[in-house]
Amino acid sequence: MTPVQTSALAPALSGNALINMGQSETQSRTESPAPMKQTNNALLDALFRHATRFFAFLVFSILIAILISLIYGSQLSLEKFGIGFLWNDNWDPVQEDFGALVPIVGTLVTSAIALLIAVPVSFGIALFLTELSPPWLKRPLGTAIEMLAAIPSIIYGMWGLFVFAPLFQQHVQPLLIKTLGKLPLVGGLFAGPPLGIGILTASIILAIMVIPFITAVMRDVFELVPALLKESAYGLGSTTWEVVWKVVLPYTRIGVVGGIMLGLGRALGETMAVTFVIGNAYQLSASLMAPGNSAASALANEFTEAMSPLHQAALIELGLILFLITTIVLALAKLLLLRLAHAEGKKS
Amino acid sequence: MNASIASNNPVYRRRRQINRIMLGLSALAIGFGLLWLTWIVVVLLSKGLGALVQVSFYTEMTPPPPGPGGGLLNAIAGSVMMTGVATLIGTPIGILAGTYLAEYGTRGWLAPATRFINDVLLSTPSILIGLFVWTVYVTQVRHFSGWAGAFALSLIVIPIVVRTTDDMLKLVPNSLREAAVALGCPQWKMIMFVSYRAARSGILTGLLLAIARISGETAPLLFTAFNNAFWSTDMNQPIASLPATIANLAISPWQDLHPLAWGGAALITLLVLGINIFARSMFSKRNG
Repeated sequence: MTPVQTSALAPALSGNALINMGQSETQSRTESPAPMKQTNNALLDALFRHATRFFAFLVFSILIAILISLIYGSQLSLEKFGIGFLWNDNWDPVQEDFGALVPIVGTLVTSAIALLIAVPVSFGIALFLTELSPPWLKRPLGTAIEMLAAIPSIIYGMWGLFVFAPLFQQHVQPLLIKTLGKLPLVGGLFAGPPLGIGILTASIILAIMVIPFITAVMRDVFELVPALLKESAYGLGSTTWEVVWKVVLPYTRIGVVGGIMLGLGRALGETMAVTFVIGNAYQLSASLMAPGNSAASALANEFTEAMSPLHQAALIELGLILFLITTIVLALAKLLLLRLAHAEGKKS
Repeated sequence: MNASIASNNPVYRRRRQINRIMLGLSALAIGFGLLWLTWIVVVLLSKGLGALVQVSFYTEMTPPPPGPGGGLLNAIAGSVMMTGVATLIGTPIGILAGTYLAEYGTRGWLAPATRFINDVLLSTPSILIGLFVWTVYVTQVRHFSGWAGAFALSLIVIPIVVRTTDDMLKLVPNSLREAAVALGCPQWKMIMFVSYRAARSGILTGLLLAIARISGETAPLLFTAFNNAFWSTDMNQPIASLPATIANLAISPWQDLHPLAWGGAALITLLVLGINIFARSMFSKRNG
């Protein structure tokens, strides 16, 4: 990388030098001497530094601004419902009684199931890409998996509603109800009519959407493992699986957890795809087949139609809760990844 | 001799079996991932290509509810305008902030703190960005508008550009900077003509990825730009956008509107995937 760029830079540098010389020549001719140019440069330097500093501070303050605006917007609801908002399972725009329990539970349950599916799959993909894949296949396969993250959320929603849900309803759900629904303990989770849309469908689509994010982090941290460690394990006669499970994974544990948290953060706030397939029903049901709601999809569905100020405030408070949860999860993810990077820095 | 020990020892055999099963599962996992990608792309092409090849798709407005025909011209125009404005607002802010992080932020608290917050912002649910713009802007002017939509989208562009600018500038070898400074180059000129030039392809890649990301975003536009069934280029009024129009058409009960939604979905996905693949290949060619 360097040689190409240095050679590309060389003319640029000499060009600058020429411009500088040209300037100083004209300036000396117009007898306004070098000091003028010096202050000019010092001024520009300070200006540039302060401009970049200002915008960095602007970025820094966005997150706090969002927090303040959400608290401000939800004032009405905060005052009226207090802390009880969190465990009230009623959501009634007509009686103006609002509680966040159903959407919060829906958000947490869909994200948890999504992780349950996405984590082992992402681990498998990362393992394949770092240890098994022939070098020429690595790039195309890796890019293809990353493309899953590029597809817009709304496309997942449409595909989920019109293509995946009907198939799921006809072929998979009856099977689940017949087999898993009969089991003693978990049976309740798979009871009820096969509707196609619902919590489980939303979870599966969420899983597909977060796989690329978790995979990307896992791949990155797996690449951090020193070849020496892996080679030592191979030299002792380990199989590939044993190397990954007993050397690579323990070494990168913190980073892997960070990646999972990052995926969780994504899953919690996913809006359009979930809105299309979750069913948008304010009900708590033991069954995963039943329709439910999530904080983000409640916002997307109702906010523009919410007429009363209290209804709007309650929806903004839902947004505030979602904001707090995702920010904490994402901050934890970031801290874990930073810890791994620090440990890595100390070793090398 | 060794081979015979390996094949006869039950412990060895078990370990090798486990290894084979796990590696098989790993190959299955990547197949699982690719399955969804191909499934979605094939569905989009088969359902959307029919609408994409019609001229009316690009020249007519979204049709009124009952019926067939019409196109997505107003939505395409609205999306292009908002994406363009958002990119114009977000890029300079993002690049300058990223420059501070990489070039000046070696000391002090601001750079590490901003880097941390920026990474959180990168994954903040986009619907909350929309809600933020609604509370600070839409409620003040009392109507939805294209500017609000562009503002919301720019808040999604900024963290992506900050992150790539920061990363790419950090890759520029310090010897290049030292060489420039040794020649008497002031710092601002050094950053403009040395650091930026060396990191140019990386920053451009980040910018393209940001454009790809916002051109498919629906959630932040719902309460900011809203939607508009008619031709409008007035950024001070509600304006149509491709993703929001697709969402509206798709959930409408009129079957005849669905082909148009699939056409829009295919268009936007091909565009986004195309930009992504182009940006990646451009970056890897320059740095390979």
